[in-house]
Amino acid sequence: MGIYTIFRRELTSYFLTPLAYIFIVIFLAMAGTFTFFVGNFFGRGQADLQPFFQFHPWLYLFLIPAITMRLWAEERKTGSIELLLTLPISMTDAVLGKFLAAWCFTGIALALTFPMWITVNILGYPDNGAIVAGYAGSFLMAGSFLAVGAAISPLTKNQVIAFVVTSVVCFVFTVGGTGVVLNFFTGWAPTLVVDTVAQMSFMTHFNAISRGVIDARDMVYFASVIGFFLFANVIFVDLKKAG
Amino acid sequence: MAEMIAIDGLTKRFGAHTAVDDISFSVNRGEVLGFLGPNGAGKSTTMKMITGFLAPTAGTAKVCGFDIQDSPIEAKKKIGYLPEGAPAYPDMTPAAFLDFIARVRNVDGALRKRRIADAVEKTQLGEVLYQSIDTLSKGFKRRVGLAQALLHDPEVLVLDEPTDGLDPNQKHEVRGLIKAMSYDKAIVISTHILEEVDAICTRAMVIAGGRIVADGTPVELEQLSRHYNAVAVRLEDEADTDAVKAALERVDGALSVEANKYAGVLTVYPKDARSLIAEVGQVMRHGRWKVAEIRVERGHLDEVFRRITQA
Ligand SMILES: Nc1ncnc2c1ncn2[C@@H]1O[C@H](COP(=O)(O)OP(=O)(O)OP(=O)(O)O)[C@@H](O)[C@H]1O
Ligand SMILES: [Mg+2]
Repeated sequence: MGIYTIFRRELTSYFLTPLAYIFIVIFLAMAGTFTFFVGNFFGRGQADLQPFFQFHPWLYLFLIPAITMRLWAEERKTGSIELLLTLPISMTDAVLGKFLAAWCFTGIALALTFPMWITVNILGYPDNGAIVAGYAGSFLMAGSFLAVGAAISPLTKNQVIAFVVTSVVCFVFTVGGTGVVLNFFTGWAPTLVVDTVAQMSFMTHFNAISRGVIDARDMVYFASVIGFFLFANVIFVDLKKAG
Repeated sequence: MAEMIAIDGLTKRFGAHTAVDDISFSVNRGEVLGFLGPNGAGKSTTMKMITGFLAPTAGTAKVCGFDIQDSPIEAKKKIGYLPEGAPAYPDMTPAAFLDFIARVRNVDGALRKRRIADAVEKTQLGEVLYQSIDTLSKGFKRRVGLAQALLHDPEVLVLDEPTDGLDPNQKHEVRGLIKAMSYDKAIVISTHILEEVDAICTRAMVIAGGRIVADGTPVELEQLSRHYNAVAVRLEDEADTDAVKAALERVDGALSVEANKYAGVLTVYPKDARSLIAEVGQVMRHGRWKVAEIRVERGHLDEVFRRITQA
């Protein structure tokens, strides 16, 4: 009950400011631009959404911190955190309610890319199962980015700092799985280290899912990342709420 | 249960600084307790611990029998809290904000509508109900915070400077509101307005440096003032001043007699807070001095406040 009420307030509050609309417009515009121009959607001559999904981590990298930066930083700055945390709800309710609202909002933005899906179905005969998997993977990855940002948000009253730090942390989580970083380790570091670095990365797991292979291990990975950072979120809010 | 708030050994340290230092007291149903004290005394910090926002470094706070640390949800259900500065969600309208608070507090169905309407009427928010909170004036923001605290008709009200920023009419309204609610609640308010203590508090507590330095009814606090029961005499003829002063100084029980800065006014301070009006009257009649006015002074709370908080 507590979670749902917080969730409801948070989600409606996105649409009270221009933030929601700006976010959605930019998300859709960027997703389209990357897919059609950078990803060479038409030139590839293949009916799938690989070029579309492939850029999601990079989109999230700077769009998700814009959502999460205000999550707790703003509550601390306006003092409404004192009101929120003296209501008869648990800290976990507050943290989960906020997180779920942010995730739901991102889900709405993601869902609004459906014309893309329609387009590939008009142009050819794509593997729709793989596309569903891609959407699921992207949604899970968005949740992980959000959890990281939500955990960082209570550490500062300054939204700009929250934005930058979240981007940097998410960047580390993202590039860990790219060739550049992995090549740096291969050759001299033990395979175990290379694998661990790769396994820690959003990219590795997202790529696995978006190729259409839904493996429980990738799901567990994202769920653990989300769980871990939400736990950290509760601790950080408790630690920083006073001042 | 009469004892609605029970505080025992409450202490809060911020690093090396002790903001609240081993405070114990309790508040019963029907009491309105006024927290007084200089800036930084620890009033708000104490309230934050009672309402469960801050965890105490030591000590306990119980609200309606529920320990705020052990059973926070039960305790918080009993409390209506106006935090310092009346924070709210600036993007929301008062209507949406109050609806949110009512939902979190599980006030449902027809009752929700009624309680919101009731709180809006009590705090006179009707005209700004659909205007976003960040565009409201300071006084209206405070009233939104107050409405939010009253919404669920709580048994315990903790109000941090409820009348700060209100115009004189609203101050009067809010005081009346607090008084009217007090018979079946335990209310704690903090204030820097000393006349408020006289107007609404059944009990006043002065806090300084994180400790309780005075605790009693407003009258008991006034009795600590040297003006309490002093007798002021205004003479018709200023020329009598010196003679009258000499005569009054001989009154039994008079501690001192002071000539006021206004010519012809003398004040007799008693030794033991007993009014000497009869004796003074006798001296005046005996000396056949003409009296324009004679009255017994009440204590000056601001003087008491200054003395005990600067010691
Ligand atoms: N989060 C915090 N971190 C460090 N010190 C704090 C914190 N909150 C309060 N303090 C300190 O604790 C002391 C008590 O502050 P508090 O806000 O309780 O005072 P107050 O009695 O409410 O004062 P005022 O009349 O100005 O509202 C002050 O010295 C303040 O600086
Ligand atoms: Mg204060």
